Amino acid sequence: MHGAPGAAAPAPTTPAATAPHTGTPSWRLLTVLGAGGALAGGLIVTAYLATVQRITAHKAALVVGAVREVLKAPARWDTLYLVGGKLTKQAPTGPGAQSVERVFLGYDAADKTLGAAITAGEPGFADVVSLIFGLDPGTGALLGVKVLGHKETPGLGDKIERPTFLQQFVGALTPLKGVKTKGADKSEVQTITGATITSRTVIRIVNNATARWQPLLQAYRQEGSR
Amino acid sequence: MSDLAWILISSLLVNNFTLTLFLGLCPFFGVSKRIDTAVRLGVANLFVLVLTALCVWFLNRFILPAAPFLRLITFIIVIASLVQVVEMAIKKWSPVLFRALGIYLPLITTNCAILALAIFQTNRGYTLAQGLAFAVGAGLGLTLALALMASIRVRLDVADVPALARGLGIALMIASCLSLAFMGFAGLGAA
Amino acid sequence: MSEAPATFDDVLRGLWKENPVLVQMLGLCPTLAVTNSVVNGLVMSLATAFVLIASNVFVAALKRFIPNQVRITSYVLIIATFVTIADMTLEALVPTVHKQLGAFVGLIIVNCIILGRAEAFASKVTVVRALLDGIGMSVGFAIALLLMSGVREMLGNGSFLGFNLLGPQFEPWVIMVLPPGGFLTLGLIMLAMGWHAERKKRLAKAAA
Repeated sequence: MHGAPGAAAPAPTTPAATAPHTGTPSWRLLTVLGAGGALAGGLIVTAYLATVQRITAHKAALVVGAVREVLKAPARWDTLYLVGGKLTKQAPTGPGAQSVERVFLGYDAADKTLGAAITAGEPGFADVVSLIFGLDPGTGALLGVKVLGHKETPGLGDKIERPTFLQQFVGALTPLKGVKTKGADKSEVQTITGATITSRTVIRIVNNATARWQPLLQAYRQEGSR
Repeated sequence: MSDLAWILISSLLVNNFTLTLFLGLCPFFGVSKRIDTAVRLGVANLFVLVLTALCVWFLNRFILPAAPFLRLITFIIVIASLVQVVEMAIKKWSPVLFRALGIYLPLITTNCAILALAIFQTNRGYTLAQGLAFAVGAGLGLTLALALMASIRVRLDVADVPALARGLGIALMIASCLSLAFMGFAGLGAA
Repeated sequence: MSEAPATFDDVLRGLWKENPVLVQMLGLCPTLAVTNSVVNGLVMSLATAFVLIASNVFVAALKRFIPNQVRITSYVLIIATFVTIADMTLEALVPTVHKQLGAFVGLIIVNCIILGRAEAFASKVTVVRALLDGIGMSVGFAIALLLMSGVREMLGNGSFLGFNLLGPQFEPWVIMVLPPGGFLTLGLIMLAMGWHAERKKRLAKAAA
């Protein structure tokens, strides 16, 4: 059984090399590791098959929920992929296909364009703030903003998730301006007291993403094609 | 601030691996009370981190999309192998350093910072350049935290620490102060 | 030692006397990182318990087939398998908590408690004893996490398990759910344990 003395400390030692040692030939070591690997693989694949459906369904539901929320209940939407500097409905294939950027163009029941749902993220106070927002590419007006993830300070920066802050973005005109007190200008957004940097980050994300995607969306519209 | 610069500064200061993300605490609390050993361990970690970022990028790009459920196992095996290779390399090229680092080298395998780097890099979908910037920042951040802790503990050795606080107690209180200080870096890089 | 019978002590040991976090001081990373709320702490201790018990049992059951040279690699393989299973299960069942735990579910692989118990104990005893030990250590880990997260969530958020207990007038000490608060809470717990140990020593000396 175990020839080694049992004086092991909790700290582990390096995984031992599989070079032939006195007693245990390397084929035995390899067989053990191979068998162990196969067993492990079998267990993992079983667990994967049991859970993959629920996980993908949940992830898809999150996207659907977010798009619905920021486009104000569209009847349907197309996924547009950014390939070669242009937006196209053709889904890309091959390695790296997963990381191709995409936006969602929503239509109402009468097939009129409602707007595009765009995800974007930039560094905020603590870490990256990521959000999704609905943009009307024709007028540059916003339909809604939803914060997808952040690591801002609880009690201060996390106020960007509050409806009182996000409500300001509905109908606002890009490019947005952050102000201390909101006036009549439709492009003004009131920043949160004690969370100026985080509020400004949200405004900056929306402005930068709009500047980037609006021309692409307008070019796509102009092509008119399917 | 450019994307890469922000990733580097963020993992070095704003989201320091040890003081903000609670990674790599075993060497942080356990490592010797000498500054030079701490720095050497930090640099060894930095080296392993950069190699890990490279391998993880390669795995994520070409191999893992075929079997995403094998991600964690592949990562830990690659990390263990990398540490083995680094250990052999250091033994060959600098036996003095090898002796100085002693037991700490194999322990880099279970340093949660390495595996955490692999997982974060995957979750955030970093490109190769971003991953490398991330690893360099993380490694330098680890080294910084280790050096700070070691230099404080050098002084602590000759201070009159109450018996109940000796060991981990006082170390945690110091870490709390360091972490609080590092919170001051928040907002760095945000426009 | 390997053929000694299983006793209740195998379970009780992990609860207090050899508590993996508070006495052996292992597994500090997750103890500090996921205890900013009680729910996170509980789910994490459940996941760790699953991995610890499963890996202890498998290591004890397979110890005869694992050659000495590759034992650490084998243990890591076994642990990584169960962590992957736990990770996928959590993502399917409780996706919001899984997102908050983030990378730390995967980091259970390098949690020193699990590898330490496999190397120091489970590889030398029967399956039953390994199972009991796994249960004991898991409960001990859960006790430590519960203690940490209870304090941090109560003071940092005024709530416990999401239920607001301290009323609307309470101004939460936000620092407690931030990293410095984690170090501080664990530090204070360690100070309390140190004080208790010193007191025991004093009383023993006085009695002698």
